[in-house]
Amino acid sequence: MSLITCEKATFAYEGVPVVRDLDLQIEKGQYLCIVGENGSGKSTLVKGLLGLLKPVSGKVTFGDGLRQTEIGYLPQRVEWQPDFPASVWEVASSGCHGLWMNSQRRQQVEENLHLMGMEHLAKRSFARLSGGQQQRVLLARALCATRSLLLLDEPVAGLDPVVTREMYDVIRMLHEQRDLTVVMISHDIQAATQEADRILHLSNTGSFYGTPFEYRHSPLGVAFFGGCCCHE
Amino acid sequence: MNNEVFALLSKMFSYHFMVRAAVVGVLVSLCAALLGVSLVLKRYSMIGDGLSHVGFGALAVASALGMAPLAVSIPVVMVAAVLLLRLSSRAKLKGDALIAMISAGSLAIGVIVLSLSSGTTGDVNNYLFGSVLAMTGEDVWLSVALAAVVLVLFCVYYRKMFAVTFDETFARATGEKVEAYHMLLACLTALTIVLGMRVMGAMLISSLIIFPALTAMRLCRSFRSVTICAAILSVVCFMLGLCGSYLLDTPTGASVVVANIVAFLVFWLIGRIRERG
Repeated sequence: MSLITCEKATFAYEGVPVVRDLDLQIEKGQYLCIVGENGSGKSTLVKGLLGLLKPVSGKVTFGDGLRQTEIGYLPQRVEWQPDFPASVWEVASSGCHGLWMNSQRRQQVEENLHLMGMEHLAKRSFARLSGGQQQRVLLARALCATRSLLLLDEPVAGLDPVVTREMYDVIRMLHEQRDLTVVMISHDIQAATQEADRILHLSNTGSFYGTPFEYRHSPLGVAFFGGCCCHE
Repeated sequence: MNNEVFALLSKMFSYHFMVRAAVVGVLVSLCAALLGVSLVLKRYSMIGDGLSHVGFGALAVASALGMAPLAVSIPVVMVAAVLLLRLSSRAKLKGDALIAMISAGSLAIGVIVLSLSSGTTGDVNNYLFGSVLAMTGEDVWLSVALAAVVLVLFCVYYRKMFAVTFDETFARATGEKVEAYHMLLACLTALTIVLGMRVMGAMLISSLIIFPALTAMRLCRSFRSVTICAAILSVVCFMLGLCGSYLLDTPTGASVVVANIVAFLVFWLIGRIRERG
């Protein structure tokens, strides 16, 4: 049984359908990368998968014991209020479910911060960390919220190349060692095809779903890749 | 010198109205500071200001009609809180401008109603800038009940309040009822403002919400330390302001605000020095 299944799902943004008749199955253990131009509906689809947006037609179902509130979500990077008072520990632990912190949840936060290499900064101010460090803390928060599925919305946007590489390595490590299913939204088509084992390309003229190899040889992939190569 | 001040202060607390004002003020300050941290960080400071003006209008109408002030103003301000929250979360409707309109509108209606009824300028002055004489025994019990409700809800939902304040999108994704927390915040703020505005005055009550949080944020870097520091600061500044107003014969509400300004400047200065050092 798939973790998430979309059947002929159509999602609308402000009344206008942007993702049409999408059939998608996210299987346990997959590393799926969703690519596409701006305005192709990537963010709208994220909202749909998170259950924040109901499909206007078709349906989205959750399986394999996954509850909708148990998706480890890493939101698109925003500029945090520079004076927001929050420690690294407070941010990471806000991913935990439940009203109280008990010893089990505390241990979970500690483990996840350790996994992200951030435990030594637990008492530091979140707002004063570098962009890459903030992303790691937010990943630790996402890990506190889930045991099975990570949904990452443009996790490397605005990060420098070295930190970007580190982020991809961390995500790969989580995928392989923690056995997490990963769904990543990305602009970085090169990295997407290297890292992921499935690609979903959303486009206003029709979408593609398949392996990176199939994608490179599909008309959409060729067009998108061609564009990217010329650009570089 | 110390003995003189001590004698004056012990005389001050031999007046029942002073004890009542102190109890209500301390409890309202505590609640306002706790709620204020989230309100300031969510950029809802204007809501506190708008609510106090609506509260002024409601109090004026209640006194003109000879009705119990709290029975009228509490529901009115609660409704206004929900309304203002809706407005400010809709950027398209120019929420801040609408809040300003509602504030000025309620203030104007309140002043007209007070001047048409038997009220003198003294009444208007008391409503706008507060009076320690306004508290009744009933108010004291209401404040105790309010403080208990705010403290219990705040402690129970503390982690969720942080999550919602820090990152609404993530909180929604993990299934939190973000709107419900906003409503809770707005309603508790409305209650706090109505209870506190007769001591502090309609024009000055929002300072109890805004100052302690901003002052604490000069020095504290975690949400928990800001919350605790704001709560302590708020209570200390209120007591300093109240005692100061008695000793120097200055208006209470304004004296409390001045105590908060001094605290802010001190914290700001220490913060600057620490930053450089």
